[in-house]
Amino acid sequence: MTDVEVETELANSGARPVAEGLFTWPDTPRLIATSCVACATTTFPKQASCPRCTGTDMREVTLATRGRLWTWTIQGFEPKPPYAGPIPFEPYGVGYVELAADAPGASSVLVESRLSESSPDRLAIGAEMELQIVPFRRDDDGTEVVTFSFRPAEAAGE
Amino acid sequence: MDVAIVGVGIHPFGRHPGVSGLEQGAFAVREALADAGIGWTDVQCAFGGSASSGNADSLVSNLGLTGVPFVNVYNGCATGGSALAMADRAIRSGDYDVTLALGFDKHSRGAFNANPESAGIGRWYGETGMMLTTQFFGMKIQRYLHDYGLPSEILAKVAAKAFRNGSLNPNAWRRKPLSEEEILSAPMLSNPLTQFMFCNPGEGAVALILCRADQAHRFSGRPVKLRSVSFKTRRFGSFEVFSPWLSPERVPGPTVEAAAAAFEAAGIGPEDMDVAQIQDTESGAEIMHMAETGLCKDGDQGALLGSGATEIGGRMPINTDGGCLANGEPIGASGLRQVYENVLQLRGDAGDRQVPGNPKAAFTHVYGAPGLSACTVMTV
Repeated sequence: MTDVEVETELANSGARPVAEGLFTWPDTPRLIATSCVACATTTFPKQASCPRCTGTDMREVTLATRGRLWTWTIQGFEPKPPYAGPIPFEPYGVGYVELAADAPGASSVLVESRLSESSPDRLAIGAEMELQIVPFRRDDDGTEVVTFSFRPAEAAGE
Repeated sequence: MDVAIVGVGIHPFGRHPGVSGLEQGAFAVREALADAGIGWTDVQCAFGGSASSGNADSLVSNLGLTGVPFVNVYNGCATGGSALAMADRAIRSGDYDVTLALGFDKHSRGAFNANPESAGIGRWYGETGMMLTTQFFGMKIQRYLHDYGLPSEILAKVAAKAFRNGSLNPNAWRRKPLSEEEILSAPMLSNPLTQFMFCNPGEGAVALILCRADQAHRFSGRPVKLRSVSFKTRRFGSFEVFSPWLSPERVPGPTVEAAAAAFEAAGIGPEDMDVAQIQDTESGAEIMHMAETGLCKDGDQGALLGSGATEIGGRMPINTDGGCLANGEPIGASGLRQVYENVLQLRGDAGDRQVPGNPKAAFTHVYGAPGLSACTVMTV
Protein backbone atom coordinates (compact mmCIF):
# COMPACT_ATOMS: atom_id res chain seq x y z
CA MET A 1 0.00 0.00 0.00
CA THR A 2 1.37 3.48 -0.84
CA ASP A 3 1.55 6.33 1.70
CA VAL A 4 -1.35 8.08 0.04
CA GLU A 5 -3.44 4.92 0.25
CA VAL A 6 -2.53 4.46 3.95
CA GLU A 7 -3.50 8.05 4.72
CA THR A 8 -6.71 7.76 2.71
CA GLU A 9 -7.63 4.62 4.58
CA LEU A 10 -6.92 6.32 7.94
CA ALA A 11 -9.10 9.26 6.91
CA ASN A 12 -11.93 7.00 5.75
CA SER A 13 -11.77 5.01 8.99
CA GLY A 14 -12.77 8.11 10.98
CA ALA A 15 -9.32 8.67 12.48
CA ARG A 16 -8.88 12.05 14.18
CA PRO A 17 -5.76 14.24 14.52
CA VAL A 18 -4.14 14.31 17.99
CA ALA A 19 -5.02 18.04 18.08
CA GLU A 20 -6.93 20.39 15.79
CA GLY A 21 -4.97 22.93 13.80
CA LEU A 22 -1.61 21.11 13.67
CA PHE A 23 -1.93 19.75 10.14
CA THR A 24 -4.41 19.75 7.27
CA TRP A 25 -6.51 16.57 7.37
CA PRO A 26 -7.67 14.42 5.71
CA ASP A 27 -6.84 15.93 2.32
CA THR A 28 -3.18 16.52 1.35
CA PRO A 29 -1.62 16.60 4.83
CA ARG A 30 0.58 19.65 5.50
CA LEU A 31 1.75 21.12 8.82
CA ILE A 32 -0.06 24.40 9.54
CA ALA A 33 2.07 27.33 10.70
CA THR A 34 1.86 31.10 10.90
CA SER A 35 4.20 33.68 9.44
CA CYS A 36 4.68 37.19 10.84
CA VAL A 37 3.63 39.83 8.30
CA ALA A 38 6.15 42.32 9.74
CA CYS A 39 9.34 40.21 10.07
CA ALA A 40 8.54 36.95 8.19
CA THR A 41 9.29 34.72 11.20
CA THR A 42 7.44 31.40 10.86
CA THR A 43 6.06 29.65 13.96
CA PHE A 44 4.75 26.12 14.45
CA PRO A 45 2.09 25.54 15.55
CA LYS A 46 0.04 28.67 14.84
CA GLN A 47 0.53 31.68 17.11
CA ALA A 48 -1.41 34.93 17.39
CA SER A 49 1.73 37.01 17.93
CA CYS A 50 5.38 37.00 16.92
CA PRO A 51 7.94 36.17 19.64
CA ARG A 52 10.71 37.74 17.56
CA CYS A 53 9.37 41.24 16.78
CA THR A 54 6.30 41.30 19.12
CA GLY A 55 4.01 41.92 16.10
CA THR A 56 0.40 40.66 16.17
CA ASP A 57 -0.32 40.44 12.44
CA MET A 58 0.19 36.76 11.60
CA ARG A 59 -0.92 34.94 8.44
CA GLU A 60 -1.56 31.20 8.20
CA VAL A 61 0.83 29.24 5.97
CA THR A 62 1.52 25.56 5.35
CA LEU A 63 4.98 23.96 5.49
CA ALA A 64 6.94 21.93 2.98
CA THR A 65 6.70 18.16 3.45
CA ARG A 66 10.46 17.59 3.07
CA GLY A 67 13.39 19.09 4.93
CA ARG A 68 16.71 18.31 6.57
CA LEU A 69 17.24 16.85 10.04
CA TRP A 70 18.89 19.50 12.28
CA THR A 71 19.37 17.31 15.37
CA TRP A 72 17.83 14.15 16.81
CA THR A 73 17.70 11.73 19.73
CA ILE A 74 15.90 8.51 20.60
CA GLN A 75 13.48 8.38 23.52
CA GLY A 76 14.67 5.24 25.28
CA PHE A 77 12.27 5.09 28.26
CA GLU A 78 8.51 5.44 28.63
CA PRO A 79 7.60 9.03 29.57
CA LYS A 80 5.21 9.69 32.46
CA PRO A 81 1.72 11.12 31.75
CA PRO A 82 0.52 13.17 29.94
CA TYR A 83 2.33 10.85 27.47
CA ALA A 84 -0.36 8.70 25.87
CA GLY A 85 1.53 6.63 23.32
CA PRO A 86 1.17 3.08 22.07
CA ILE A 87 1.20 0.24 24.62
CA PRO A 88 3.58 -1.49 25.08
CA PHE A 89 6.16 1.27 24.90
CA GLU A 90 8.60 1.20 22.01
CA PRO A 91 11.55 3.64 21.78
CA TYR A 92 10.91 6.40 19.25
CA GLY A 93 13.03 9.00 17.49
CA VAL A 94 12.57 12.75 18.05
CA GLY A 95 14.23 15.48 16.05
CA TYR A 96 14.04 18.96 14.57
CA VAL A 97 13.45 19.14 10.80
CA GLU A 98 14.02 22.41 8.92
CA LEU A 99 11.03 23.11 6.69
CA ALA A 100 10.41 25.92 4.20
CA ALA A 101 7.08 27.75 4.38
CA ASP A 102 4.82 27.47 1.34
CA ALA A 103 4.60 31.27 1.07
CA PRO A 104 6.88 33.81 -0.58
CA GLY A 105 9.16 35.65 1.87
CA ALA A 106 8.23 33.60 4.95
CA SER A 107 11.24 32.17 6.83
CA SER A 108 11.86 28.47 7.28
CA VAL A 109 11.21 26.86 10.67
CA LEU A 110 12.74 23.95 12.60
CA VAL A 111 9.81 21.75 13.64
CA GLU A 112 10.17 19.27 16.51
CA SER A 113 8.62 15.95 15.62
CA ARG A 114 8.48 12.28 16.36
CA LEU A 115 10.55 10.30 13.86
CA SER A 116 9.39 7.00 12.44
CA GLU A 117 13.00 5.78 12.58
CA SER A 118 14.33 4.72 15.98
CA SER A 119 17.63 3.14 14.99
CA PRO A 120 20.58 5.50 15.64
CA ASP A 121 22.44 4.02 12.66
CA ARG A 122 19.76 5.30 10.28
CA LEU A 123 19.57 8.88 11.57
CA ALA A 124 22.07 11.62 10.74
CA ILE A 125 22.21 15.39 11.03
CA GLY A 126 21.59 16.82 7.55
CA ALA A 127 19.60 13.82 6.27
CA GLU A 128 16.52 14.58 4.17
CA MET A 129 13.27 13.72 5.94
CA GLU A 130 9.68 13.49 4.81
CA LEU A 131 6.36 14.18 6.54
CA GLN A 132 3.91 11.37 7.13
CA ILE A 133 0.70 11.14 9.12
CA VAL A 134 0.81 7.99 11.25
CA PRO A 135 -1.52 6.07 13.56
CA PHE A 136 -0.54 6.95 17.15
CA ARG A 137 -3.05 5.35 19.53
CA ARG A 138 -6.74 4.59 19.95
CA ASP A 139 -9.18 6.55 22.11
CA ASP A 140 -11.26 4.65 24.66
CA ASP A 141 -14.14 4.53 22.14
CA GLY A 142 -11.83 2.90 19.58
CA THR A 143 -11.28 5.99 17.42
CA GLU A 144 -7.86 5.95 15.78
CA VAL A 145 -5.76 9.01 16.72
CA VAL A 146 -3.17 10.13 14.16
CA THR A 147 -0.20 12.48 14.52
CA PHE A 148 2.56 13.91 12.35
CA SER A 149 5.93 12.23 12.03
CA PHE A 150 9.01 12.36 9.80
CA ARG A 151 10.99 9.53 8.28
CA PRO A 152 14.14 9.37 6.17
CA ALA A 153 13.12 10.52 2.69
CA GLU A 154 14.88 7.64 0.92
CA ALA A 155 12.38 5.28 2.54
CA ALA A 156 9.48 7.03 0.79
CA GLY A 157 7.16 4.73 -1.13
CA GLU A 158 8.38 1.49 0.44
CA MET B 1 27.33 48.37 49.64
CA ASP B 2 29.09 45.00 49.57
CA VAL B 3 27.39 41.77 50.59
CA ALA B 4 28.92 38.81 52.44
CA ILE B 5 27.73 35.24 53.01
CA VAL B 6 28.31 34.51 56.70
CA GLY B 7 26.31 31.34 57.26
CA VAL B 8 25.66 28.21 55.22
CA GLY B 9 23.55 25.17 55.96
CA ILE B 10 22.65 22.03 54.05
CA HIS B 11 20.31 19.09 54.46
CA PRO B 12 22.06 16.13 52.82
CA PHE B 13 20.90 15.40 49.26
CA GLY B 14 19.44 12.04 48.21
CA ARG B 15 16.33 10.20 49.38
CA HIS B 16 14.89 10.79 52.86
CA PRO B 17 11.67 8.80 53.40
CA GLY B 18 9.42 10.38 55.99
CA VAL B 19 11.16 13.77 55.92
CA SER B 20 9.20 16.42 54.00
CA GLY B 21 10.81 19.02 51.78
CA LEU B 22 9.75 21.73 54.22
CA GLU B 23 11.36 19.86 57.12
CA GLN B 24 14.59 19.59 55.13
CA GLY B 25 14.35 23.34 54.49
CA ALA B 26 13.96 24.08 58.20
CA PHE B 27 16.95 21.85 58.97
CA ALA B 28 19.12 23.77 56.48
CA VAL B 29 18.03 27.13 57.94
CA ARG B 30 18.98 26.04 61.48
CA GLU B 31 22.35 24.81 60.21
CA ALA B 32 22.99 28.16 58.49
CA LEU B 33 21.94 30.15 61.56
CA ALA B 34 24.29 28.06 63.74
CA ASP B 35 27.11 28.57 61.24
CA ALA B 36 26.58 32.36 61.39
CA GLY B 37 26.22 32.28 65.18
CA ILE B 38 22.82 33.97 65.16
CA GLY B 39 19.19 33.07 65.87
CA TRP B 40 16.10 33.12 63.66
CA THR B 41 15.03 36.37 65.34
CA ASP B 42 18.09 38.07 63.79
CA VAL B 43 16.95 37.40 60.18
CA GLN B 44 15.29 40.58 58.88
CA CYS B 45 14.04 39.43 55.49
CA ALA B 46 13.84 36.03 53.76
CA PHE B 47 13.44 34.65 50.22
CA GLY B 48 12.96 31.00 49.42
CA GLY B 49 11.21 28.39 47.36
CA SER B 50 10.69 24.91 46.05
CA ALA B 51 9.32 23.61 42.77
CA SER B 52 7.12 20.89 44.23
CA SER B 53 7.44 20.78 48.02
CA GLY B 54 5.42 23.64 49.44
CA ASN B 55 5.67 27.31 50.27
CA ALA B 56 8.89 28.44 51.90
CA ASP B 57 7.13 31.18 53.88
CA SER B 58 5.11 28.55 55.76
CA LEU B 59 8.36 27.62 57.53
CA VAL B 60 7.79 30.46 60.00
CA SER B 61 5.38 28.08 61.77
CA ASN B 62 8.38 25.83 62.39
CA LEU B 63 11.17 28.39 62.82
CA GLY B 64 9.23 31.03 64.71
CA LEU B 65 6.58 33.67 64.03
CA THR B 66 8.86 36.71 64.20
CA GLY B 67 6.97 38.92 61.73
CA VAL B 68 9.78 38.56 59.19
CA PRO B 69 8.83 39.42 55.57
CA PHE B 70 9.25 36.09 53.74
CA VAL B 71 8.90 36.01 49.94
CA ASN B 72 8.08 32.77 48.09
CA VAL B 73 10.10 32.18 44.91
CA TYR B 74 8.80 29.86 42.17
CA ASN B 75 11.22 30.16 39.29
CA GLY B 76 12.06 26.71 37.99
CA CYS B 77 15.72 25.75 38.10
CA ALA B 78 16.59 29.35 38.95
CA THR B 79 14.49 29.26 42.16
CA GLY B 80 17.57 29.23 44.40
CA GLY B 81 19.46 31.69 42.23
CA SER B 82 16.50 34.08 42.17
CA ALA B 83 16.08 33.85 45.95
CA LEU B 84 19.78 34.62 46.36
CA ALA B 85 19.59 37.54 43.90
CA MET B 86 16.75 39.10 45.89
CA ALA B 87 18.36 38.46 49.28
CA ASP B 88 21.45 40.17 47.87
CA ARG B 89 19.47 43.17 46.52
CA ALA B 90 17.58 43.51 49.79
CA ILE B 91 20.91 44.27 51.49
CA ARG B 92 22.38 46.40 48.68
CA SER B 93 19.23 48.55 48.72
CA GLY B 94 20.05 49.47 52.32
CA ASP B 95 16.72 48.20 53.61
CA TYR B 96 18.10 45.21 55.54
CA ASP B 97 21.34 44.15 57.22
CA VAL B 98 20.74 40.37 57.49
CA THR B 99 18.78 38.25 55.00
CA LEU B 100 18.13 34.57 54.24
CA ALA B 101 18.10 32.72 50.90
CA LEU B 102 16.60 29.22 50.99
CA GLY B 103 15.89 26.45 48.50
CA PHE B 104 14.54 22.95 49.08
CA ASP B 105 12.73 20.19 47.24
CA LYS B 106 11.58 16.59 47.35
CA HIS B 107 10.78 14.96 44.01
CA SER B 108 9.42 11.50 43.25
CA ARG B 109 11.48 8.95 41.34
CA GLY B 110 12.05 9.12 37.61
CA ALA B 111 12.25 11.90 35.05
CA PHE B 112 10.22 15.07 35.56
CA ASN B 113 6.80 15.08 33.84
CA ALA B 114 6.21 18.73 33.06
CA ASN B 115 2.70 19.87 32.16
CA PRO B 116 2.63 21.33 28.63
CA GLU B 117 -0.36 23.56 29.36
CA SER B 118 1.41 25.28 32.27
CA ALA B 119 4.21 26.15 29.81
CA GLY B 120 1.76 27.57 27.27
CA ILE B 121 2.02 24.56 24.93
CA GLY B 122 -0.78 22.33 23.65
CA ARG B 123 -1.46 19.07 25.47
CA TRP B 124 -0.66 17.15 22.26
CA TYR B 125 3.03 18.00 22.79
CA GLY B 126 3.10 15.96 26.00
CA GLU B 127 0.72 13.28 24.74
CA THR B 128 2.97 12.51 21.78
CA GLY B 129 6.05 12.29 24.02
CA MET B 130 8.06 15.45 23.38
CA MET B 131 7.68 17.28 26.74
CA LEU B 132 10.89 15.86 28.25
CA THR B 133 13.94 17.74 29.47
CA THR B 134 16.02 14.58 28.87
CA GLN B 135 15.19 14.65 25.14
CA PHE B 136 16.19 18.30 24.83
CA PHE B 137 19.54 17.63 26.48
CA GLY B 138 20.17 14.71 24.15
CA MET B 139 19.35 16.77 21.07
CA LYS B 140 21.33 19.83 22.21
CA ILE B 141 24.55 17.92 22.91
CA GLN B 142 24.07 15.82 19.75
CA ARG B 143 24.14 19.01 17.69
CA TYR B 144 26.99 20.51 19.77
CA LEU B 145 29.25 17.46 19.35
CA HIS B 146 28.51 17.58 15.60
CA ASP B 147 29.25 21.32 15.31
CA TYR B 148 32.58 21.16 17.18
CA GLY B 149 33.77 17.72 16.16
CA LEU B 150 33.88 16.38 19.73
CA PRO B 151 33.74 12.62 20.45
CA SER B 152 30.81 11.33 22.52
CA GLU B 153 33.29 9.55 24.84
CA ILE B 154 33.97 12.86 26.62
CA LEU B 155 30.44 12.59 28.03
CA ALA B 156 31.65 9.62 30.09
CA LYS B 157 34.68 11.55 31.34
CA VAL B 158 32.40 14.25 32.80
CA ALA B 159 30.21 11.69 34.58
CA ALA B 160 33.19 9.71 35.92
CA LYS B 161 34.64 12.92 37.39
CA ALA B 162 31.29 13.77 39.00
CA PHE B 163 30.98 10.40 40.76
CA ARG B 164 34.65 10.51 41.80
CA ASN B 165 34.13 13.94 43.38
CA GLY B 166 30.82 12.82 44.87
CA SER B 167 32.58 9.95 46.61
CA LEU B 168 34.56 12.60 48.56
CA ASN B 169 31.45 14.55 49.60
CA PRO B 170 29.57 13.31 52.70
CA ASN B 171 26.43 15.24 51.67
CA ALA B 172 26.30 13.78 48.13
CA TRP B 173 23.70 11.19 47.07
CA ARG B 174 25.78 9.10 44.63
CA ARG B 175 29.02 8.27 46.43
CA LYS B 176 30.24 5.29 44.40
CA PRO B 177 32.84 5.99 41.69
CA LEU B 178 31.98 4.58 38.25
CA SER B 179 34.40 3.87 35.42
CA GLU B 180 34.03 5.45 31.99
CA GLU B 181 33.33 1.96 30.62
CA GLU B 182 30.46 1.41 33.09
CA ILE B 183 29.01 4.79 32.18
CA LEU B 184 29.23 4.21 28.40
CA SER B 185 27.72 0.72 28.60
CA ALA B 186 24.73 1.77 30.74
CA PRO B 187 21.28 1.80 29.05
CA MET B 188 20.91 4.56 26.44
CA LEU B 189 18.17 6.92 27.66
CA SER B 190 18.35 9.64 25.03
CA ASN B 191 21.16 9.38 22.45
CA PRO B 192 24.01 10.10 22.99
CA LEU B 193 23.31 10.14 26.76
CA THR B 194 23.26 6.97 28.87
CA GLN B 195 21.61 6.45 32.25
CA PHE B 196 24.70 7.43 34.27
CA MET B 197 25.19 10.62 32.26
CA PHE B 198 21.92 12.03 33.67
CA CYS B 199 21.25 13.37 37.15
CA ASN B 200 18.10 12.24 38.96
CA PRO B 201 15.38 14.34 40.54
CA GLY B 202 16.07 14.05 44.28
CA GLU B 203 15.75 15.72 47.67
CA GLY B 204 17.69 18.23 49.72
CA ALA B 205 17.85 21.80 51.04
CA VAL B 206 20.35 24.63 51.31
CA ALA B 207 20.14 27.89 53.28
CA LEU B 208 22.46 30.91 53.19
CA ILE B 209 22.71 33.86 55.60
CA LEU B 210 23.74 37.13 53.95
CA CYS B 211 24.76 40.39 55.59
CA ARG B 212 26.27 43.80 54.86
CA ALA B 213 29.95 43.08 54.27
CA ASP B 214 30.98 45.88 56.67
CA GLN B 215 29.17 44.03 59.47
CA ALA B 216 30.48 40.56 58.63
CA HIS B 217 32.91 40.58 61.58
CA ARG B 218 29.94 40.33 63.97
CA PHE B 219 29.16 36.79 62.80
CA SER B 220 31.03 33.61 63.60
CA GLY B 221 31.19 32.18 60.05
CA ARG B 222 34.26 33.16 58.02
CA PRO B 223 32.82 35.66 55.51
CA VAL B 224 32.87 35.15 51.76
CA LYS B 225 32.13 38.17 49.57
CA LEU B 226 29.21 37.80 47.18
CA ARG B 227 30.60 39.96 44.40
CA SER B 228 27.70 39.56 41.97
CA VAL B 229 24.49 37.68 41.23
CA SER B 230 22.93 37.85 37.77
CA PHE B 231 19.77 36.33 36.35
CA LYS B 232 18.67 36.26 32.68
CA THR B 233 16.02 34.59 30.53
CA ARG B 234 16.17 33.47 26.90
CA ARG B 235 16.03 35.62 23.79
CA PHE B 236 14.54 34.85 20.41
CA GLY B 237 16.66 32.28 18.58
CA SER B 238 18.24 30.40 21.48
CA PHE B 239 17.77 26.61 21.54
CA GLU B 240 15.70 25.89 24.64
CA VAL B 241 13.90 23.04 26.30
CA PHE B 242 10.15 22.58 25.55
CA SER B 243 10.31 24.19 22.09
CA PRO B 244 7.85 22.70 19.55
CA TRP B 245 9.72 24.81 16.98
CA LEU B 246 12.91 26.80 16.61
CA SER B 247 13.92 29.68 14.41
CA PRO B 248 16.66 28.90 11.88
CA GLU B 249 18.57 31.89 13.33
CA ARG B 250 20.64 30.95 16.40
CA VAL B 251 21.65 33.28 19.22
CA PRO B 252 23.55 32.41 22.42
CA GLY B 253 21.50 31.05 25.33
CA PRO B 254 20.73 32.87 28.58
CA THR B 255 23.82 31.37 30.24
CA VAL B 256 26.09 33.48 28.04
CA GLU B 257 24.44 36.73 29.09
CA ALA B 258 24.06 35.78 32.75
CA ALA B 259 27.73 34.76 33.06
CA ALA B 260 29.00 37.86 31.25
CA ALA B 261 26.84 40.09 33.47
CA ALA B 262 28.08 38.36 36.64
CA PHE B 263 31.74 38.76 35.64
CA GLU B 264 31.25 42.38 34.60
CA ALA B 265 29.54 43.31 37.87
CA ALA B 266 32.27 41.53 39.84
CA GLY B 267 35.05 43.26 37.94
CA ILE B 268 36.92 39.99 37.39
CA GLY B 269 36.74 37.47 34.58
CA PRO B 270 36.45 33.72 34.00
CA GLU B 271 40.25 33.48 33.79
CA ASP B 272 40.42 34.65 37.43
CA MET B 273 38.24 31.83 38.80
CA ASP B 274 39.97 29.20 40.96
CA VAL B 275 36.94 26.89 41.15
CA ALA B 276 33.54 26.70 39.39
CA GLN B 277 30.23 24.90 39.91
CA ILE B 278 28.22 24.77 36.67
CA GLN B 279 24.91 23.14 35.81
CA ASP B 280 25.43 19.48 34.91
CA THR B 281 21.92 18.05 34.82
CA GLU B 282 23.63 15.70 32.39
CA SER B 283 27.18 15.31 31.09
CA GLY B 284 26.54 17.29 27.92
CA ALA B 285 25.33 20.30 29.88
CA GLU B 286 28.66 20.60 31.72
CA ILE B 287 30.52 20.49 28.40
CA MET B 288 28.35 23.13 26.74
CA HIS B 289 28.19 25.33 29.84
CA MET B 290 32.00 25.34 30.15
CA ALA B 291 32.04 27.34 26.93
CA GLU B 292 28.81 29.30 27.44
CA THR B 293 30.06 30.66 30.77
CA GLY B 294 33.38 31.73 29.23
CA LEU B 295 35.50 29.25 31.18
CA CYS B 296 36.81 27.83 27.86
CA LYS B 297 36.32 28.12 24.10
CA ASP B 298 33.87 25.99 22.12
CA GLY B 299 35.58 22.77 21.11
CA ASP B 300 38.38 22.96 23.73
CA GLN B 301 36.49 20.73 26.18
CA GLY B 302 37.96 17.50 24.83
CA ALA B 303 41.52 18.61 25.50
CA LEU B 304 40.64 20.10 28.91
CA LEU B 305 38.88 16.95 30.09
CA GLY B 306 41.62 14.76 28.65
CA SER B 307 44.35 16.65 30.52
CA GLY B 308 42.49 16.62 33.85
CA ALA B 309 42.18 20.42 33.90
CA THR B 310 38.71 20.26 35.44
CA GLU B 311 39.63 17.77 38.21
CA ILE B 312 39.92 18.95 41.83
CA GLY B 313 43.71 19.23 41.46
CA GLY B 314 43.54 20.69 37.95
CA ARG B 315 43.90 24.21 36.56
CA MET B 316 40.12 24.86 36.54
CA PRO B 317 38.29 22.53 38.96
CA ILE B 318 34.62 22.13 37.98
CA ASN B 319 31.80 20.65 40.09
CA THR B 320 34.03 19.72 43.00
CA ASP B 321 31.11 18.43 45.11
CA GLY B 322 30.02 16.02 42.36
CA GLY B 323 27.53 18.45 40.79
CA CYS B 324 23.97 17.50 39.95
CA LEU B 325 25.17 14.12 38.65
CA ALA B 326 26.31 12.96 42.10
CA ASN B 327 23.96 15.08 44.22
CA GLY B 328 20.74 14.73 42.24
CA GLU B 329 18.52 17.67 41.49
CA PRO B 330 16.08 18.94 44.09
CA ILE B 331 15.15 21.87 41.83
CA GLY B 332 14.74 24.57 44.49
CA ALA B 333 17.95 23.66 46.31
CA SER B 334 20.24 22.87 43.41
CA GLY B 335 21.53 26.36 42.60
CA LEU B 336 22.22 27.15 46.25
CA ARG B 337 24.15 23.87 46.68
CA GLN B 338 26.68 25.29 44.25
CA VAL B 339 27.04 28.44 46.35
CA TYR B 340 27.34 26.33 49.51
CA GLU B 341 30.18 24.34 47.90
CA ASN B 342 32.02 27.49 46.82
CA VAL B 343 31.76 28.96 50.32
CA LEU B 344 33.37 25.79 51.74
CA GLN B 345 36.08 25.88 49.07
CA LEU B 346 36.88 29.56 49.68
CA ARG B 347 36.94 29.05 53.45
CA GLY B 348 39.24 26.04 53.02
CA ASP B 349 36.63 23.82 54.69
CA ALA B 350 35.93 21.38 51.84
CA GLY B 351 37.74 18.45 53.47
CA ASP B 352 38.79 15.58 51.19
CA ARG B 353 37.67 17.49 48.10
CA GLN B 354 39.38 20.80 48.99
CA VAL B 355 40.88 22.54 45.95
CA PRO B 356 44.60 23.00 46.74
CA GLY B 357 46.39 26.36 46.76
CA ASN B 358 43.91 28.42 48.82
CA PRO B 359 41.35 29.35 46.13
CA LYS B 360 40.39 33.03 46.21
CA ALA B 361 37.65 33.35 43.56
CA ALA B 362 34.74 31.09 42.65
CA PHE B 363 31.87 30.98 40.15
CA THR B 364 28.42 29.32 40.05
CA HIS B 365 25.98 28.80 37.19
CA VAL B 366 22.50 27.30 36.93
CA TYR B 367 20.44 26.80 33.80
CA GLY B 368 16.92 25.50 33.51
CA ALA B 369 13.50 25.36 31.96
CA PRO B 370 12.16 27.17 30.08
CA GLY B 371 15.42 28.95 29.27
CA LEU B 372 16.85 30.86 32.19
CA SER B 373 20.18 31.14 33.96
CA ALA B 374 21.58 32.57 37.20
CA CYS B 375 25.29 33.06 37.96
CA THR B 376 27.35 34.26 40.92
CA VAL B 377 30.93 35.36 41.54
CA MET B 378 32.38 35.06 45.08
CA THR B 379 35.79 35.95 46.53
CA VAL B 380 37.73 35.93 49.79
